[in-house]
Amino acid sequence: MLSFIVRRILASILTLVVASFIMYILTAYSGDPLMDLRGSNAPNAQLLIGQRIERLNLDVPPPLRFFGWLAGAAGCLTPFTPCDLGTDLNYTAVTQLLPNAAAATVRLVSAATILAIIFGIITGIVSALRQYSAFDLGMTFVSFLLYSLPSFLAAVLLKEFVAIDFNNWISSGDSSIGFIPTLVVALIVGAIMQALVAGSARNRVIAFAISAGATFGLLYFLDAIDWFQNPGLGWGGMLLLIVGIVVGVTAVLAGFGNRRALLGAVIAGVLAYAAFFALQGLFAISTIWTIGILGLATLAVCFVIGWVIGGPDRGQVIRVTMLVGFLSGLLVVADRYLQSWPAYLASPRINNRPIATVGEQTVGLSGDMWLMGLDTFTHFLLPTISLTLISFAGYTRYARAGLLEVMNQDYIRTARAKGLSERVVITRHAFRNMLIPITTIVAADIGVLLGGALITERVFAISGMGALFNISLNRVDVNPVMGYFIVIAITAILFNFLADLSYALLDPRVRVK
Amino acid sequence: MTNTAISDAEVGQSQARLIFRRFVTNKTAMVSFVLLIAIFGFSISAIGLGPIPGWWHYNFYAPMPTANEGRPTLSIIPEWLGGSGISLGDHPFGQTRIGVDYFAATMRGVQNSFVVIVLLAGVATVLGTVVGAIAGYYRGWVDAVLMRITDVFIVIPTIVVGAVVGRMTGGLGVSFLAIALGLVAWMGIARLVRAEFLSLREREFVEAARVAGASDARIIFKHILPNAMGVVIVAASLIAAAAILLETALSYLGYGIHAPERSLGLLVSENQSAFSTRPWLFWYPAFFTVAPALLINFIGDGLRDAFDPRQKRFSIRRTKELPETTEQRS
Repeated sequence: MLSFIVRRILASILTLVVASFIMYILTAYSGDPLMDLRGSNAPNAQLLIGQRIERLNLDVPPPLRFFGWLAGAAGCLTPFTPCDLGTDLNYTAVTQLLPNAAAATVRLVSAATILAIIFGIITGIVSALRQYSAFDLGMTFVSFLLYSLPSFLAAVLLKEFVAIDFNNWISSGDSSIGFIPTLVVALIVGAIMQALVAGSARNRVIAFAISAGATFGLLYFLDAIDWFQNPGLGWGGMLLLIVGIVVGVTAVLAGFGNRRALLGAVIAGVLAYAAFFALQGLFAISTIWTIGILGLATLAVCFVIGWVIGGPDRGQVIRVTMLVGFLSGLLVVADRYLQSWPAYLASPRINNRPIATVGEQTVGLSGDMWLMGLDTFTHFLLPTISLTLISFAGYTRYARAGLLEVMNQDYIRTARAKGLSERVVITRHAFRNMLIPITTIVAADIGVLLGGALITERVFAISGMGALFNISLNRVDVNPVMGYFIVIAITAILFNFLADLSYALLDPRVRVK
Repeated sequence: MTNTAISDAEVGQSQARLIFRRFVTNKTAMVSFVLLIAIFGFSISAIGLGPIPGWWHYNFYAPMPTANEGRPTLSIIPEWLGGSGISLGDHPFGQTRIGVDYFAATMRGVQNSFVVIVLLAGVATVLGTVVGAIAGYYRGWVDAVLMRITDVFIVIPTIVVGAVVGRMTGGLGVSFLAIALGLVAWMGIARLVRAEFLSLREREFVEAARVAGASDARIIFKHILPNAMGVVIVAASLIAAAAILLETALSYLGYGIHAPERSLGLLVSENQSAFSTRPWLFWYPAFFTVAPALLINFIGDGLRDAFDPRQKRFSIRRTKELPETTEQRS
């Protein structure tokens, strides 16, 4: 194992150096780094040109200049040597430019990755379980469409329709949705639900009627109490949702036959509901760290609850309690964010047009953590969606194909022959094995997403690493381009490496040599 | 499925004919294929090819006085449905802010998409196949070296190296850009072909060819490659679809095709700010970007079906004919 890791690291470093060389040469020869000065009519232009040539060693041919850059970059890998990635054309150190830019990109890409994994895998599983149903065929078409939709088109469409229409609707002051849109949404939800249920015509009609009716009623009710202007869950909504989580998680992960898991889930849910009332005072003075500590505490408490209740299948009970605690905790935090929504809307900088189409924060807006959190959310919502769409289609397809293949295996037949319920067969036998190939695909996809951020950041004017790359490449500013490249290349290599390792961990048949 | 396979075997058709028949009987793929050819044929005949003029009377660069705020004059709703009849009008897709005929500009963009698809996918497929074939056939250090080179190129996201390459060659013209992009997009095919060669080279027919005294080149191109053609063709179709997206994205970012030459990505990028006042300037290039990519993806799916009928793909037709044959059955 150790020799495998060492050899992989050495090979990766070699790959990285050669790839950097290619990138460096290509970028350096892609244009003239003195173009802006040559065109300038400042009296000291000649002086500035000389200065730039001297300070950036532009008189040295690029293949040789690369080794100077490499020597500085190598310093970043060892702890005690200075890290020097060179400077941009304005002599700002790249090591100063990168962290700020990376923050926005990392936020964007990690959120998109997580969302794409969650939604992609869930959709894929449902498609596979309801193979050839209307839902499956519909998702197949949607994924083909997403494969063929350039991300800049998706981004522009989101910007022009979702953002502007939503803002118009909110700022019109008339919070009602209206009868027709409510009906349309209810019918769409009903159609999706009946496709999911499949089965006999009678079941489908019932599913359609129940889900469409419930959706219509809910929207009508929310509309009636002006929920969209003053959102929040309140004690009633919170209770309902937590009960839903307890029931849902237990049903999917353990089944109601498992009384211990149900007990653990109920205790976790009750604690979360109590925390909802107890923590409001603390939330008012919270920082991001408080929330982080609270989150860890929640997980720890749930772990202990699961451990104590335990029983013969301790791991399963712990998983159920922890998931219930985590999801309910998310709800409590989300509710606190919703409570800040009216204040956010009313803020003069926002002026009732919440969904932003450019930048990563509202200039001049100040407030507590919740307000600023909402601001980040509204700015990153659309870019994240448009980035998620890139991977979502792929993950859906892979999850679907993976689950179908796994369901074909002998051990699934054995599991069914033992008399296990279909739920246990899917969650405990099929689901885990399906995840193995997806790990590799997710890891390989990180590079694609980082590249996709290039376009998303451009459309939404976010000054992340993609923007840094864009600006620098246009000026033939080699060092920041290389800084960008080194960060995404190391991320891509790292994720591939992690995928190989986790592959070996997940699948005992794989032996690394 | 089984019945047709037996009857095919009785007539004794070649593998290629079987595959061809499977593809031709796939309705989605065939309709997509015809539509794709129609779109490209239409764009070429409208604008003309090189020095040969097309039937459309405006060109894609000359500004003209704008009529009716540059609104599109295309009308497709027949008169008996209450529309104004099917007619192209003077400027079917409208005019840009400076009055350039948008139909001509869009058609020029479609044509350039086509050039990019053919050249980019062609270069990438040939290069990837050769690299993969050599690596998989010779194994050993040749394989190690070639695969390390592939790894190097895979580390760089295609759009990033594409941007740099596009910055270098974008000004030289569409063909140069497409070929240069093809030189950085061959890695996926190389890996697939290598894997296929690694398994095929151990088969008896290769052994037989070697015993009969065939040279390495002959074994690679005459014996193994025809058997690996399925992988190559399917992968090539995926690259072709990706090529459209790559070129439009790069042109959108400003690294691809430059004005005065037209690209669909460039058109979207130039007219994005006018979305609320002149939405048609967005919709036409958007449609002609998505449609060919979607059609090529459908064709690729049909090809995969035709080459590997064991892998059941998503097809409404099949579910209706054989409801009991699902992927559950191995």
